[in-house]
Amino acid sequence: MLTKRVKSRIVFFTFLFTLLGILIFLTLKSLEENVVYFFSPTEIYNKTDISISGKIRIGGLVKKGSVINNESDVVFIITDLKNEVIVTYSGLLPNLFSEGKGVVAEGKLKDKKYFIAHSILAKHDENYMPPEVYKALKKSNN
Amino acid sequence: MFKNLFPNKIILLKNNTIKILLFIMILIFFIGLIFALFISPPDYLQGDSVRIMYVHVPSSFIALGCFGLIGLASGFNLIFKIKLAPLVAKSLAPIGCIFSITSIVTGSLWGKPTWGIWWVWDARLTSMLVLFLFYLAYIFSWKVIKNYEKAVKVSSFIGIVGLINLPIIKYSVNWWNTLHQTSSIKLTSLPTIHYTMLIPLLIMFLGMLIYSLIIFLMRYKTESMKLKLNKKK
Repeated sequence: MLTKRVKSRIVFFTFLFTLLGILIFLTLKSLEENVVYFFSPTEIYNKTDISISGKIRIGGLVKKGSVINNESDVVFIITDLKNEVIVTYSGLLPNLFSEGKGVVAEGKLKDKKYFIAHSILAKHDENYMPPEVYKALKKSNN
Repeated sequence: MFKNLFPNKIILLKNNTIKILLFIMILIFFIGLIFALFISPPDYLQGDSVRIMYVHVPSSFIALGCFGLIGLASGFNLIFKIKLAPLVAKSLAPIGCIFSITSIVTGSLWGKPTWGIWWVWDARLTSMLVLFLFYLAYIFSWKVIKNYEKAVKVSSFIGIVGLINLPIIKYSVNWWNTLHQTSSIKLTSLPTIHYTMLIPLLIMFLGMLIYSLIIFLMRYKTESMKLKLNKKK
């Protein structure tokens, strides 16, 4: 049913498509450091070629009970449940910033454990539910 | 049934069909908006801003779906030289383009109150912008190139290349750290959206699908007529 020309076109375009796919895959793979929006505390801990002066972003959860509101700044801990980074920040926090929730901090590392943020973004997860359901879930978990 | 979709048949499409679809669409949007704005509860974390989801998520779905179809049609056209494939793809492009920009704008409006920022260059947002640019490139290739045969070839090529972007958008939130949250609706597991919020989302999605169908049928009819006229010249 398929003529020779159609067959050769199938081969040609499949080849082209795969080649392009591989090319894009390799490009993205080699640019991974730039494609990721933030590093986790563990990735920071494991990194050897870390730039102390450059701007980077750290993401994770705000450790429960770690938020300290001072007069001029706020100090809290970003954790990925393996490693932790202490963050200081002076400025307005987003509405969704709260303990136990996701956060992305942009700023500079002082050392691998200490981070000075100049902007804070809240990261929420893919769970959506009414407040009553959340309360009921929390109750049953405790 | 599918025979009615051939270019010489679609021209006979009656305005009544469109009107009926339009009526159904308005009805669904009416119900959907009541659900989305009044019946569905606010989110435990985000409050009322979660309602943006009822426009944002269906828009993104349709933007991706349209390009998927454009890519498939382009592939079919390049390989099997099916005459109606480029017409279908061409008619789908403006729909997907509008929905991709809707997705980006509503996402931005949603990002400000939740994340605290309008736009970030994370993988999901950037790849979605790339999709919008692909739509622009696709539409412009038809506009700029005057020779029909040549326009078909170039646009089809853009169509299949853009296809590679779709899995990147879909899985960007799993492959890389992104500010954008991961998908709530997955094929492999239960949705992580409470059903009181899932219902309005699905109704709105259905409404937007019917809207897309209407625009598609109208465009497809116009494009078929244009092609017929050009052939007669």
